[in-house]
Amino acid sequence: MTNDRKLLLLCLGVLAILFALQFVLSSYLVLALTRILILSVFAMGYNILMGYTGLLSLGHAMFFAAGLYASGLASYYWGVPLGWAFLIGIAGSAVVSVIIGLLALRTEAVAFMIVTLMFSQAAFLATLHFSKITGGDQGLTLPTEARSFDLFGLVLDMTHDGTRFNIAFTVFAVVLLLTYVATRGPFGRQLVAVRGNPGRTEMLGFNIYIVKLMAFTLSGTIAGTAGALYGLMFGYIGSSFADFQNSIQPLLFTLVGGPGTLLGPLLGTALMTMLIDRLSGLTTAYLIVVGVLLIVMTLWAPKGILGTIRDKWARWLN
Amino acid sequence: MAELSLLKTRGLSRHFGGLKAVDDVDFDLGQGEIRAIIGPNGAGKSTFVSLLSGRYKASAGTVEFLGQDVSSLPAFRRVRLGIAYTFQITNIYTAMTVLENVSVAAQSRLKPNIFGHRHVTEATIEEEAAKAAATLGLGDMLDVVAGTLAYGHQRLLEVAMGLALEPKLLILDEPTQGLSDSEIENFKDVVRKINETATVLLIEHNMDVVMSLAERITVLDRGQILAEGTPAEISDNRAVQAAYLGEAAE
Repeated sequence: MTNDRKLLLLCLGVLAILFALQFVLSSYLVLALTRILILSVFAMGYNILMGYTGLLSLGHAMFFAAGLYASGLASYYWGVPLGWAFLIGIAGSAVVSVIIGLLALRTEAVAFMIVTLMFSQAAFLATLHFSKITGGDQGLTLPTEARSFDLFGLVLDMTHDGTRFNIAFTVFAVVLLLTYVATRGPFGRQLVAVRGNPGRTEMLGFNIYIVKLMAFTLSGTIAGTAGALYGLMFGYIGSSFADFQNSIQPLLFTLVGGPGTLLGPLLGTALMTMLIDRLSGLTTAYLIVVGVLLIVMTLWAPKGILGTIRDKWARWLN
Repeated sequence: MAELSLLKTRGLSRHFGGLKAVDDVDFDLGQGEIRAIIGPNGAGKSTFVSLLSGRYKASAGTVEFLGQDVSSLPAFRRVRLGIAYTFQITNIYTAMTVLENVSVAAQSRLKPNIFGHRHVTEATIEEEAAKAAATLGLGDMLDVVAGTLAYGHQRLLEVAMGLALEPKLLILDEPTQGLSDSEIENFKDVVRKINETATVLLIEHNMDVVMSLAERITVLDRGQILAEGTPAEISDNRAVQAAYLGEAAE
């Protein structure tokens, strides 16, 4: 069995388990899992850029927010049906990703981190500045009539837990398989080549600016997909989603799970959200524990959980 | 020379601040040649070939490849036209296996544009890569992680990547540096084999390799061409001896 086949089977197995969990877990945990799946989509998008292509962005909240606002505002102001609003969110984040990518990719390394952070902060401040439209940090709550939609005669209600879970699961599954395809074969090889040695890759005949731009756009668009899904599903859009903390979140999840591994983002997101959830019930200083954990990871397992397992035992787990 | 021109530079220069690393060089290379570039340390050899491959931008002058002015083309476009460059300091993907390393090069030749119409399967890319690796004697190390290879094998991998591009011109920057004598013998055979389909431009310190491989030799000194000719002509040249041995030329 080839390595890629093994990984694909593992992914399908994980998807089957995730789908089955809704019949076993309490409704509170199903809701928690719904959030984990959406945030995993965010982290998977981030992982394409940071994990596979080796570009560390500190501004992915901007793309999450682009999807969130494009879809949410379309729904709030124009009453666009949810399905269309979702697509508008994806398209909006794709446009923002291309434009920011064209500019930010003119820089490298630390400068790239700073430029992405800078654009992201500008976007965050813009959501506050135009609070008449965006609702600023108060945010906007989508009206109840905008919370359900009709899919080929089937009415889907976003206030229903089971519906939400299954939609989140579907989007997660599609993005997971898309990431699987994108990180293997010729495209995946280009990404990993740019991560491993950009200078050499250029001297082998690749336009590395275009390769990076494609990775950046795909990454930002997937992050925006997560944003659109989050806003429409929970019926709330607010500027806190564009905040710096929301850029750190996918970085943290990816680092813990394993950058450059297909399932790392899911594992990292699940572990970290559950940990933060439990800790915040115990202490208000839960971020200290998160910080210590990050330091420990960086020192002893810099490749994350799945990255470490891959390097030691299972090379196919990439 | 009756042979067709492959590469031509006119007035090619590169200055680093006040230093003229390459200074007004007119250079001609015929198709099918094995040409060696020699010269003392700091003569500008690496800078010169970097200008040909597009790694550095020229301060002045032109580079023509197969009749086309490539002076303003970025490096990756020149690679696609058929100018391949292998690095002096081994420059491989250390975390990838040998096969994965060479596959990047094979993909560049077979499928340079991933959205292109040309349909190439993964199997074809890996087959071609394996073939190039085998030519350099790396056939039984395909699954070895490149970073763990012995230095000599890393050098060969470097050349295998250049070979997998099937270039028209292969530029080798000190390829035998750090190789053992038996590896050098094998390497000479490889270069002759590559030369059946490609022109080879070789920067080399090992005079034995230069004398046995090169049909013509260009000597660079202080960024300028000091002499050019057959191996016999060059070894008899007083100015070359002076540049190498540090005597005052008469």
